[in-house]
Amino acid sequence: MGGGMSGPSFNIDNGYLEGLIRGFKNGILTRNDYLNLVQCETLEDLKVHLQSTDYGSFLANEPGPLSVSVIDDKLRNKLVLEFQHIRNQSVEPLSTFLDYITYSYMIDNIVLLITGTLHQRSISELAAKCHPLGIFEQMEAIGAVSTPAELYNTIIVDTPLAPFFLDCIFVQDLDEMNIEIIRNTLYKNYLEEFHNFCQQIGGITADVMCEILAFEADRRAIIITINSFGTELTKDDRSKLYPCCGKLHPEGLSALARSDDYDQVRAVADYYAEYKVLFEGAGNNPGDKTLEDKLFEHEVKLNVFSFLQQFHFGVFYSFIKLKEQEIRNIIWISECVAQRHRTKIDNYIPIF
Amino acid sequence: MGSENIISIHSQVISSIVIFLLVLTGLFFLLSDQGYRFDVGWLLLAIPPHAWAFVGVGLSISLSVVGAATGIYITGTSIIGGAVKAPRIKTKNLISIIFCEAVAIYGIIMSIVTANMVEDYDPLTVSAKQMRQNVFGGFSIFGAGLTVGLSNLFCGVCVGVVGSGAALSDAANPALFVKILIIEIFASAIGLFGVIVGILQSSNASIAPGAST
Repeated sequence: MGGGMSGPSFNIDNGYLEGLIRGFKNGILTRNDYLNLVQCETLEDLKVHLQSTDYGSFLANEPGPLSVSVIDDKLRNKLVLEFQHIRNQSVEPLSTFLDYITYSYMIDNIVLLITGTLHQRSISELAAKCHPLGIFEQMEAIGAVSTPAELYNTIIVDTPLAPFFLDCIFVQDLDEMNIEIIRNTLYKNYLEEFHNFCQQIGGITADVMCEILAFEADRRAIIITINSFGTELTKDDRSKLYPCCGKLHPEGLSALARSDDYDQVRAVADYYAEYKVLFEGAGNNPGDKTLEDKLFEHEVKLNVFSFLQQFHFGVFYSFIKLKEQEIRNIIWISECVAQRHRTKIDNYIPIF
Repeated sequence: MGSENIISIHSQVISSIVIFLLVLTGLFFLLSDQGYRFDVGWLLLAIPPHAWAFVGVGLSISLSVVGAATGIYITGTSIIGGAVKAPRIKTKNLISIIFCEAVAIYGIIMSIVTANMVEDYDPLTVSAKQMRQNVFGGFSIFGAGLTVGLSNLFCGVCVGVVGSGAALSDAANPALFVKILIIEIFASAIGLFGVIVGILQSSNASIAPGAST
């Protein structure tokens, strides 16, 4: 797969798209923009401030009073448009790389549809809530399935997620706990496959992406462990959900599988220099950041670093992740503004 | 995955067979006391000076054009991509394209200058002294062409990569462009070094029909 990837020949197929994505990245909100946004009193103020950024007048034609969910939809639509433009212009191997990015949204959509069907929601209502980047054919047919084997045979086998689903067919029926297990198993297989794909591409892409994906794998392992304390998830089941492409594999993962409480998880993380500092400042006291926030910050830092090198695919992945973080930030600020509860309005994570 | 393996096994088999046959031939000549027949020196002298000279001229222009073309497409695609969100960069960054083009111009100057040094001669009536001059001329034009071609090839690639970085960072922050241009000037200088050495190599060269005295 050496083809389009060595330094001088990267630009033949991908030069325009790299220039374009760096142009989009230059429009990501900076600290000054966030300082302006936190001073808004109403959502209308927010809309006016966003007009002077790269978003422009994306809310201009909204009828009626603004609500946070409308802003969320519009922000997401802009990201989807930009991604689809880039995906349409790309050729192999970039197009496969971009497809891998969409698989995580497909996994979320499948789980959303199954959970919604369990709670007797209508399919059309659920389909409207699905993430546009993760749409696949026959989404509506999920309403008719009742076991994972049926789900696989009727729907999943035609989607790109088929190879990730093979471990899940043996789950007996679809209840709340099993759906989470299915989600985490799918995601584990997807992450490991993506990691392999990036290593096959080699070069700078492998260097940048494998670092980012290793952190993603370790972060999932830590969060799964912490969230499973006090639930019915057994330690064996839990250890089957850990992705193996991170730095914690294999010793850290087996130590995590044996841990019983937060302090033991922290002790495992202390063996790894980057993760030790993440646990140090975290806590539930009023002045501290939560562990999730520190993990998000570290992810943002890794994604910003990927822009320091040229001629690799990591910039496309990092742009999507940074834009998602920006959308989370704007929605957090909008919620604080809309509910007039401004004590925690500065808890967004600045990117640039 | 399977087809990749078949192709790589295929090529490994073919290359080992070829290497084996070459080693066999070499050993045959060595062990049958016919080593003198493998005469590299004779080969180099027997190739006519015209061939050396014109291959040199060809290398000079073609390798320079490969370098310039690589540089132009590397920089050009980045300028086009970056100019979508930052249209102001498009005019200033044409300087990088001009630097790449200069590399091709060095190549063509060298090839025209050296091609004009070559005339036809009649191998039956040429004097021995003139023949020595002709052989010298052939070798020096070949050497000059190789020097200029290869140095322009890498110079063009270098200017292209730096120009691409210059365009993308200009799109992000306009103050950076002039500083990065200095890097490009250094990159462009190495092509010039190649031309200077090439001119030195070919300055005394000529291939001419000498009158037999």
